[in-house]
Amino acid sequence: MTQGRFVEALLDPKQPVPPGILMPDGTPASRRFNVYRNNVIVSLIDALGDGFPVVRKLVGDAFFRAMARGFAVTNLPSTPLIFRYGDRFPTYIDNYPTSGMVPYLGDVARLEWAHREALHAADAQPCSMDRISDCRDNLLSSLRFEFLPSVRIVQSDFPVLTIWQVNSDSTPSSDRIRMEREDVLLGRPEMDVAMRRLRPGEYCFLEPLLAGETLGTAAERAAKIDGFDLVATLTGLFESRLIHDIRLDGDVK
Amino acid sequence: MDGLTGDSGRIPPRPGVGYKPQHHDDLTRWDHDVAWLEIHAENFMGDGGPAIARLKSLRERFPVSCHGVGLSIGAEGPLDPDHLKRLQILVDWLQPGLFSEHLAWSTHDSGYLNDLLPLPYNSATVRRVAEHIDQVQSTLNRQMLLENPSNYVRFSETTMSECDFLKEVVSRTGCGLLLDVNNVFVSATNQHFETLEFIDDFPLQYVGEIHLGGHEADTDEVGDLLLIDSHSRPVIDPVWALFENVISRCGPLPSLIEWDNDVPDWPVLAAEADRAGRILTSARINSPVRTGLAPESALT
Amino acid sequence: MSNTTIRNAAIATAVASALAAYAAPVAAQENEKCYGVSLAGENDCAAGPGTTCAGTSTVDYQGNAWTLVPAGTCMDIELPAQADGTPRMGSLKELERDLPA
Repeated sequence: MTQGRFVEALLDPKQPVPPGILMPDGTPASRRFNVYRNNVIVSLIDALGDGFPVVRKLVGDAFFRAMARGFAVTNLPSTPLIFRYGDRFPTYIDNYPTSGMVPYLGDVARLEWAHREALHAADAQPCSMDRISDCRDNLLSSLRFEFLPSVRIVQSDFPVLTIWQVNSDSTPSSDRIRMEREDVLLGRPEMDVAMRRLRPGEYCFLEPLLAGETLGTAAERAAKIDGFDLVATLTGLFESRLIHDIRLDGDVK
Repeated sequence: MDGLTGDSGRIPPRPGVGYKPQHHDDLTRWDHDVAWLEIHAENFMGDGGPAIARLKSLRERFPVSCHGVGLSIGAEGPLDPDHLKRLQILVDWLQPGLFSEHLAWSTHDSGYLNDLLPLPYNSATVRRVAEHIDQVQSTLNRQMLLENPSNYVRFSETTMSECDFLKEVVSRTGCGLLLDVNNVFVSATNQHFETLEFIDDFPLQYVGEIHLGGHEADTDEVGDLLLIDSHSRPVIDPVWALFENVISRCGPLPSLIEWDNDVPDWPVLAAEADRAGRILTSARINSPVRTGLAPESALT
Repeated sequence: MSNTTIRNAAIATAVASALAAYAAPVAAQENEKCYGVSLAGENDCAAGPGTTCAGTSTVDYQGNAWTLVPAGTCMDIELPAQADGTPRMGSLKELERDLPA
């Protein structure tokens, strides 16, 4: 019996137990093989539940486990690192039949995934903004920023950060959720992941900047968005402690 | 080395516990008998962040043993070179006192299965396991320990006993063994053999570490008792008795309490470690301390 | 003045204002206790569930998903049923609603 055969039967309970897997007396095993079927599936469901605690809380344990089980049997971890398991789970949630009843669920999963990535990203030091003062005015628009490896942005049509906060906080909240879009900036200047809601246009500003475009290009793209405030955005960026390095065009990395 | 201080990091023949982040603050107080920690290698293979930062600070206070759970030494296919590289990086900075892995497999083409899956014991599998262990030991440039599994099924393709299989692997690779006493108890119950006969046959002179843990009871297809290695409960008395028997034969060895599911508050775990410590201490009085492993590593 | 010059001037002004306005952040004290304990999913070497049915159920959860209904905190942000009586859980179409206590 090959391990491939073992795995096929492991992941598909409709298949018979592969021949040659036995009870102590030499008769074919059935329930004993199920121990492995269960261990694999339950451990992966548990790993997803630990990795997406707010999604689990939002839909409740029974629904979550059914959804996670469907994901796990078709999406095994690609590496043995369980803390990296679940990158495709948000998209799976988007396409899950009944999650239309909770339309923000996939975005909450995306935020939880980004948070987890930020947590395990490489450590790096934020840099001082002093270098910018030394830069000649006509060169400022050519600045490029290298962000900390932990920095992520998440875009959502739903108040995804508020939903996350309310469901992560052990303190009961009686606030009211306002139905409005929330884009989120995440990063880890030290050991804790900081999350901040973005103002209008900031996602459009940060997206090219994170991709390595210049300050001028990013500002131009965001300027098309109603309510974008370049000064406030830059002030927030300078205060964020999420920038690792600042470079002028032509600087050699 | 990453500026880690303290002694050589050698794992003493005293009680240790499996490290759980929720016990971090309790561990750093000195009112307990826990002499060393064991980590699961895969949890510390990220690029950075708090998990690794905490481990670095703990490593300055405790000897740390590194226990792999995802190398899939028993796999039909080759070892994953990326995973081996990650392990090498971790071992390089952590400088663990011991490195151990399981006689099991967990990866296949379709992905990682997150469980320790069983393999038949025969000449083909012994060759494969030995080749994989050779590769691990030469990559890490150190001896590793191989752990006996908990068994739920047997294979028609098995032609040799688990003890003979382990002896053959040791003789081919120069690796040491990690004797999980609870796994012996679980397998003996599930496979209907006597624990003491198994221990009589086990190559105890190659054991460098002991594992102790709790299990749960279930039933199999014919209503027989089927024990599940759950690491979710206290060690039961018959397993303590078996541990005492092993220690009386081997002398004190590094002995780990494993508790991975339904992890208790610190005092419960510390009490288990204390119990192991008392058994090790009385053995120390009654027999000479054995230092290090009997076999000379082929690599040193 | 060219567009580029205008853009450069606008950015220079904005950068200058931001540099004047921002408060140089102080590095947080390294404090072991401040970082979260939960690390979201770990590798273990233990079996868990024994012969429970999660791994052996032949129910097609994807195909039968309609039989399951989300029942967590999203229920607390439930909307009134739609005109045809179909429940519309937490679809947040309305502007405000009470949050779970």
